Amino acid sequence: MTAGDVVGFAFRALRGHRLRTALSLLGVSIGVAAVITLTALGEGARRYVLAQFAAVGSNMVVVLPGRAETTGAMPGFGGTPRDLTLDDALAVARGVPGVDKAAPLVIGTETVAFGARRRQVAVAGSSHEMLEVRRLSVARGRFLPEQPWDRGAPVVVLGSKLAAELFPGAEPLGQVVRIGDWRMRVIGVTAPRGQQLGMDMDDVAIVPVATAMQMFDRSSLFRLLLQARSHHRLDTVKAATLKLLSERHGEEDVTVITQDAVLSAFDSILGALTRALGGLAAISLAVAGVGIMNVMLVSVSERTREIGLLKALGAGRRQVLAAFLAEAVLISSAGGVLGLALGFAAVQVLVAIFPALPASPPAWAVAAAFLMSVAVGAVFGVVPARRATRLDPVAALGGR
Amino acid sequence: MIRLVDICRTYDLGGNPVRALVDVTEEIASGEHLAIMGPSGSGKSTLLHVLGCLDRPDAGRYELDGRDVSALDDDALSLLRRHTIGFVFQSFHLVPRLTARENVELPMVFAGVPAAERRERAMAKLRAVGLEPRASHRPDQLSGGERQRVALARATVLEPKLLLADEPTGNLDGASGRHVLEILSRMNADGLTLVVVTHDPAVARRARRLIVLRDGHVVFRGSGEQIHEAVELLSTGDGEGDAAPAPGRP
Repeated sequence: MTAGDVVGFAFRALRGHRLRTALSLLGVSIGVAAVITLTALGEGARRYVLAQFAAVGSNMVVVLPGRAETTGAMPGFGGTPRDLTLDDALAVARGVPGVDKAAPLVIGTETVAFGARRRQVAVAGSSHEMLEVRRLSVARGRFLPEQPWDRGAPVVVLGSKLAAELFPGAEPLGQVVRIGDWRMRVIGVTAPRGQQLGMDMDDVAIVPVATAMQMFDRSSLFRLLLQARSHHRLDTVKAATLKLLSERHGEEDVTVITQDAVLSAFDSILGALTRALGGLAAISLAVAGVGIMNVMLVSVSERTREIGLLKALGAGRRQVLAAFLAEAVLISSAGGVLGLALGFAAVQVLVAIFPALPASPPAWAVAAAFLMSVAVGAVFGVVPARRATRLDPVAALGGR
Repeated sequence: MIRLVDICRTYDLGGNPVRALVDVTEEIASGEHLAIMGPSGSGKSTLLHVLGCLDRPDAGRYELDGRDVSALDDDALSLLRRHTIGFVFQSFHLVPRLTARENVELPMVFAGVPAAERRERAMAKLRAVGLEPRASHRPDQLSGGERQRVALARATVLEPKLLLADEPTGNLDGASGRHVLEILSRMNADGLTLVVVTHDPAVARRARRLIVLRDGHVVFRGSGEQIHEAVELLSTGDGEGDAAPAPGRP
């Protein structure tokens, strides 16, 4: 009995019970489609986050005040981090070898108004270097002027969305807007950039860092963004920055993170999430396997006489086993193929609905889902097939 | 060709032992046509199943073609059934989803005959039983007589030495039954050893030799012409427990 004979025999048997076969097949295909769709979602989230980081720049080192270990302590009881001052930032920019660009960052929220139009947005205080460090580009006018960081200026660069909201159909350049109590001249508008690490860079007002510190009455920077000259110097930049600031502060009270560390943390978290989603979806495949087993058990008891006949005609135990196992595997693998098609179609729909999400099932999930669907048939088909081989031929011929 | 010595088969029926065959000793020569008669429950189907290696005797010795088959394992018995024995059943036992030709091909599938050869041989067998034009019909599109002829073609397609028929005309009308019997007789004339279990004296009469079973014992041995004695024995209930002398025994 060749493999082709086994498959042909199984196929004819399944064709005899189309509805039953179709329903079991559907069970498997839903399982496979769930694996494909959910892992595609997880993978989409991972790629989205990684792309966000990549957009920020891959050689970035971020300095933030306070040690990671000291957070969570009661304020006023030693937990308040020492300020990360503009002088610190300047010292790092000048004193740490391998730093290509440094941009201080202060963040606050304020109402930006022009005439009767008002909009509450994030106000970022930074410097000329931010343009390159955050990979921004200017659509109109210019970015913050190159000037010492400790010198403020009543100028503002608007995000594209903020500019469009405040100046619908009008030219914002040269206009004076109010930010809180401050009157600031618009010197530029950035090109649309979209969300960047959770911050809508199109709906932001960028002012000189010294102005922002005054505006929000801050003595400390929110972050110091450093761009290393090359990727392989990230670690030395990190170590040197930490050393320099520790010396200045008398203790290690800042946290320096490289983007690589954050990236790999996100990568592993979201990768684990994807695998967990795939695992959850795989449970439905196991349930589908139980469905196949049920259908095959019914099939064996319905076809008792046929099994008796096959034995009378000289079918060996292995041939009967193969015939019934092939039915289960045929159902499950056909369900697997259909599930892949359904899954990929669902992913296409998802991408159409959420174009920003680069949802696409990882190759391992596609392979695992299909192989699992085949395995489900083989594993859950064994019990019914063995039952068929164990039937006593005389009793089976009598339908018992 | 066949030698049965003191074959016993006892079933357990709800905790009660039922002795289906008791010390049956019989020899069947190659090319012989034997009819087995007996009332329901007499053990004739059990004897047929033992002869066909579908059932194992509890005791005794069964030699087929000079080989002791009592001790063979399941796989060896499958091979034996596949190549040496053909079965025809009262209820035809055709696979409903397969065409007549595919049903005839079935034993060849298990025997590993290549597809093209299978098709050719199946068509030749169907031609021999007058069913070539019906080759692509499924069983539900065939008459009872045609179904039994398909079953006959299937039973003999691998050219077995022994054909076992269990009430082959039991579900057929007179004309269809006669047609099937004629084919069986022709096959027997061509050298096939034929063992037929039947209630029907008209079927038994055609056999060269006839045995009657009652309660697992052989109670009558004779020729096909002695059918009237056998029928009389069956109708009167004589000979119960009084086994006819076995051939070759003192």
